[in-house]
Amino acid sequence: MFGKEFFRHGVHPPEAKDLTADVPIRRVPFPDQIVLPLRQHIGAPSRALVRKGDRVERGDKIAEAGGFVSVAIHASASGTVKDVEKRAHPDGSYVDSIVIDVEAHSAQVPRPRVIPHWEGLDKKELLRAIQDGGLVGMGGAAFPAHVKLSPPPDQKIDTLLLNGCECEPYLTTDHRTMVEYPERCHIGTRILMKVLGVKKAVVGIERNKPDAIKIMRETVPDDLDIEVLPLTVKYPQGAEKMLIKAVMDREVPEGGLPMNVGVVVMNVASVATVAEIFETGQPLIERILTVTGSGIKKPRNLIVPIGMKVGDVIDACGGFTDDACKVIMGGPMMGPAQGNMETPILKGTSGVVVLNEEEAHPQATYPCIKCGHCLDACPVFLDPQHLGSLGLNMEYMEMYDKNHLSTCMLCGCCSYVCPSHIPLSHLFGVAKSALRSEGVRV
Amino acid sequence: MSGSALLVSALSLGGVCTAFGIFIAAANRKLKVWEDPRIDQTEELLPGTNCGACGTPGCHAFAEGLVAGEQEPAGCTVMGPDDIVDVAAFLGVDAGESNKRIARLLCAGGSDVAIQKSTYEGHRSCQAAAAVSGGGKGCNWGCLGLADCAVSCDFDAIHMSANGLPIVAPDLCTACNDCVEVCPKDLFVLMPVEQELIVQCKSLLEGNPAQDLCDVACTGCGICAKDAEDGLIDMIDGLAVVNYDKNELASLAAIERCPTKAIVWVEGEQFPEHQKSSRSFAV
Repeated sequence: MFGKEFFRHGVHPPEAKDLTADVPIRRVPFPDQIVLPLRQHIGAPSRALVRKGDRVERGDKIAEAGGFVSVAIHASASGTVKDVEKRAHPDGSYVDSIVIDVEAHSAQVPRPRVIPHWEGLDKKELLRAIQDGGLVGMGGAAFPAHVKLSPPPDQKIDTLLLNGCECEPYLTTDHRTMVEYPERCHIGTRILMKVLGVKKAVVGIERNKPDAIKIMRETVPDDLDIEVLPLTVKYPQGAEKMLIKAVMDREVPEGGLPMNVGVVVMNVASVATVAEIFETGQPLIERILTVTGSGIKKPRNLIVPIGMKVGDVIDACGGFTDDACKVIMGGPMMGPAQGNMETPILKGTSGVVVLNEEEAHPQATYPCIKCGHCLDACPVFLDPQHLGSLGLNMEYMEMYDKNHLSTCMLCGCCSYVCPSHIPLSHLFGVAKSALRSEGVRV
Repeated sequence: MSGSALLVSALSLGGVCTAFGIFIAAANRKLKVWEDPRIDQTEELLPGTNCGACGTPGCHAFAEGLVAGEQEPAGCTVMGPDDIVDVAAFLGVDAGESNKRIARLLCAGGSDVAIQKSTYEGHRSCQAAAAVSGGGKGCNWGCLGLADCAVSCDFDAIHMSANGLPIVAPDLCTACNDCVEVCPKDLFVLMPVEQELIVQCKSLLEGNPAQDLCDVACTGCGICAKDAEDGLIDMIDGLAVVNYDKNELASLAAIERCPTKAIVWVEGEQFPEHQKSSRSFAV
């Protein structure tokens, strides 16, 4: 009824989702130690509220928002604060983190707390509760949700768009969330529709998840205008600008935000967490995570406490196979490889994919043959071939000034199709981080 | 018929050319800007590398500064002492005091002493490796050893040692700042040669966590600060920092009891123990 149900360009990588698509979500036992970095989201780092030796209960607020674009952090397990010290972060740096020694045999249920009934709250109070609940976008970008939900007054929002595409290969986090907790998704949608003051919500789900489409349709509440829209399977459909194009046939202007075309996009996992914040009072202290790939003995969908170390998560899935070679945090198209198993799972980590030696073997790079495959793949219509040659020569300013580098979202389609195996999207990521270190906003 | 056509075109074109020629000659006389001929002559004496180490945009600008008396010949770090004397003699000025600076690497964590947490197999460049969860090195602050600095050096002054550390040749380094800018871990600093007491580490970890990653890490124990003259070394964020304003107080006393040999006394080249291998493994 709106768009064409797909966008132009993009690629079709092998899905590899069957490893975990039918595996029910299970809880993991608590690890011995939890590491909660104060910088888990885009924006200002949180401010620690606890000190060495403090006892914390599961669900306690242990760090407050460090500004408007920032959220609170809560203890994901009961125990004693070992220290607030520098610990390895998945991005490779060392950041101040709250380290909690978890009490043996502590309960997985958070202690009961007073939950104000959301229907009696106004928009401002709801947004404050969401910020206090520590909610960030759980699809990967980890952008504080309350910022996305407070558009400036002159920006009219007409639709709430729920992102259930999960276009990254391997991951089944959102898929299992929709199949197992459809009511939670709808309660969250109801609350967010009140926050935004919109009458219409659309859930975009790719056709490769028929069970999720069916169950989400069946559970839509009668009094809400929620449409569940099946979409053509294509990567990167889950990128919000692509999704808006596919569902609404609206184009977000270059450098603009979804709110510029009257839409707010939320990942289904974040929406389900909104419901949890207002129904049970439990803030964002755990998340659903797919641990999969040929390098994992027992691929599973897990509920893990935020801050559990990658190594502990992998142990909970039977450990590595003998030929495990590369650990990726997130999906294989965009997620960075991770070498340090001591780094924690963050609020925005949607999966852990372990590839074996054969899959992860680096391919030799050859010179560009100007075939133009990358131009046909780029979903934002850039010229990756030209950008790539500039990137190899470190002409970063020209990439930004004349070749729209800031539009690139590092989806990896160009690298995926390149017959010469040129690491195009990696070069663009390098260019972006080099420009950022000089203070350019890309 | 064809003869007159040739004549007409030759005469008209010739007339136009003469008219423009006269105009250009007149404009040249009227609008001429006089430039001191010594600027071009001085520039010919300069190395012509346009490296920018003197602080001007290039050799021509430096020559202008020399003729105007704003620069001293010794401000050029590329010229040898003989060339500096030549320039000074040509201009009839004092050569000035040469303040020799060279690039120093604030990391001694070669592959023999620092652990790798993983193997980086992507595009061979430090900047590219640093973008993938910080690169393969265990220490987040350490040298990645993929030679971006050696590639960027216009003077061939940087060679990679067998242990994957860049070695700067003091006589070739002109302190042009290129390696400082290209290093994604910001490990290079330009230092006057008389600053010989150097902390070759930037790790902000303290104690065992630092030493677990690298045998020559500064663990922040503070022994050097106690042993040295008061105020010479400050402990900042778990790292010993030499206060070079008091460089004349520096002595070997500061390095003697360092448990990890993170603080060293450097005369000439850094990492002398790697020198031999560096010659054969240069890339």
